[in-house]
Amino acid sequence: MSTETTPGSHAAVDDFQPTTWTGSIRKKWLETLPPEKMLPENQPAYVASWIYVFGMLTITALIIVIASGCILTIGGIQWFHESSIGHFVNSLHFWSVQLFFLFMIVHLWGKFWMAAWRGHRGLTWATGAICFMAGLGTAFTGYTITTNFNAQWVAFESKDVMNAVGLGSIINVTNLGQMVVLHVVLLPLAVVAVVAMHVLLVRKHGVVPPIDAIDPEAAVATETAEVSS
Amino acid sequence: MSRKERNAFYARPWAGPNRHYDIFKEGAIALTVTAVLVVALSALFSSPDDPSLTYQGWAQSAPDNFYATAVSQLAGTSGTATYGPPYNNASDGLSVGPIALQKWTGVTHPVDTANDFVITPLTSQVEPNDVSAALKTWNAATADQQAKWAGDYDTAVQATADDNGLHLDAVAKGDYGPVPDLAKGLLAMANSGSYDNAMTAQQKFFQTDQTKQLLMMGDGSYMDDKATALNLQGNTWGMMNEAGSWPGQIWLAFWSVWYQLPAFNNADGGTLTDNADAIIFFILVLLILMFILVPWIPGVRDLPRWVPVHRLVWKSYYKKYGRASS
Repeated sequence: MSTETTPGSHAAVDDFQPTTWTGSIRKKWLETLPPEKMLPENQPAYVASWIYVFGMLTITALIIVIASGCILTIGGIQWFHESSIGHFVNSLHFWSVQLFFLFMIVHLWGKFWMAAWRGHRGLTWATGAICFMAGLGTAFTGYTITTNFNAQWVAFESKDVMNAVGLGSIINVTNLGQMVVLHVVLLPLAVVAVVAMHVLLVRKHGVVPPIDAIDPEAAVATETAEVSS
Repeated sequence: MSRKERNAFYARPWAGPNRHYDIFKEGAIALTVTAVLVVALSALFSSPDDPSLTYQGWAQSAPDNFYATAVSQLAGTSGTATYGPPYNNASDGLSVGPIALQKWTGVTHPVDTANDFVITPLTSQVEPNDVSAALKTWNAATADQQAKWAGDYDTAVQATADDNGLHLDAVAKGDYGPVPDLAKGLLAMANSGSYDNAMTAQQKFFQTDQTKQLLMMGDGSYMDDKATALNLQGNTWGMMNEAGSWPGQIWLAFWSVWYQLPAFNNADGGTLTDNADAIIFFILVLLILMFILVPWIPGVRDLPRWVPVHRLVWKSYYKKYGRASS
């Protein structure tokens, strides 16, 4: 007879004795990220500033980047030169990338000044930083595949940087076919994977308390006193 | 509290006051706001799409430069011919002290400028008699003879240069073999547009590698002049600029800034200019590692505590609940 009750409840997870790899992974997952942590309905009272919105804004810009990129992929890399609809979709892709970086840079600076790595959250910061670098590489390869003057110039100039450190022998920025695959498949996969890891780490550890926050119990007492008065 | 105690405190599950929060509602509103912004920006400002340059355009607008570039490809004096790895062994390439990664990785994309940029394209189509005869003479000559003809002619062509450019009608007379006819033939080919086709196809049906095309294009002044006019050169923050009035890759500012320093800047004759790309790359790798490892770097990780920007972020929380003394 199964011992499972409410999925994700601690009692159910504690009682669950896995007999398969799948079960073990499920148990580990639920212990690490129970549903109330994964999809919370409350957040600490200090999560009350506009700066917190920029993480979510970055993800929404990424969603539009990927959606517009998918449409461009269907049309092909030359589509936007020949079609007004294609050009508009290219504009959506262009501006969503600009916003993606704008939001991400504000988010990064915000998290820096909040020292958001405190309390064993170093890996959360590191994945965010890696996400920025992966995004940078993805955007850069995008500029090399626009099949216009900018692509010619960006590819011609950047080859010197890649060649100077031997990377040009593997990643040839003047090879359009290679850049298309990197930009459309491999690098977006990397960005999405790192973003997913980053978000899961945020959910796992929770939002970092303020620098010099008072003891949470004392804060609750303050709140209780306010309510009763 | 010690750092360790503080970290343990910040790591504890939050047991203080909470507020209602709906992540999906926030996401839906954020997505709507971002989508509206993206559509509005796209409708208002569109996006850049400056047509690509062609050899035909180059030959028609700067024929002397195209002609001289063709000669330099035969003579082995062009930027590509003297580049080094990964295209050839004409030089060692860039290095940082004893670290010569460019040399160590070797020639992985071989380019023979005389054959790839001049002889093979000319051979790919039916040529006028003089060009056809020039091709036969060139192919029948020894490598030393070819180098002598092309080298002498390249020197003679470059000697005509002054502030107004080249003066091909003033090239000194000499024994240049078939080189003038080959350069003339290539210029005619470019003028007709067939050089674009030959360089694009590279004698293949399927071809997605534009390496040779771009190297030839970059060896002349045509593309460079246009980039200069559009402020796209490295020493004018070109790495993060876009053709026209659109924002470019502004996020590359942390990279581009190094090229503005006099030591790395061609225009200022910087001491590190020759190896700038390699040196700056290594500096950036170090900085990127530091960026990723901020939480573990003493001093850097303490900056937010010393510079109280966080008091603005948590102003209302501090006001209501107070702050612990650090």
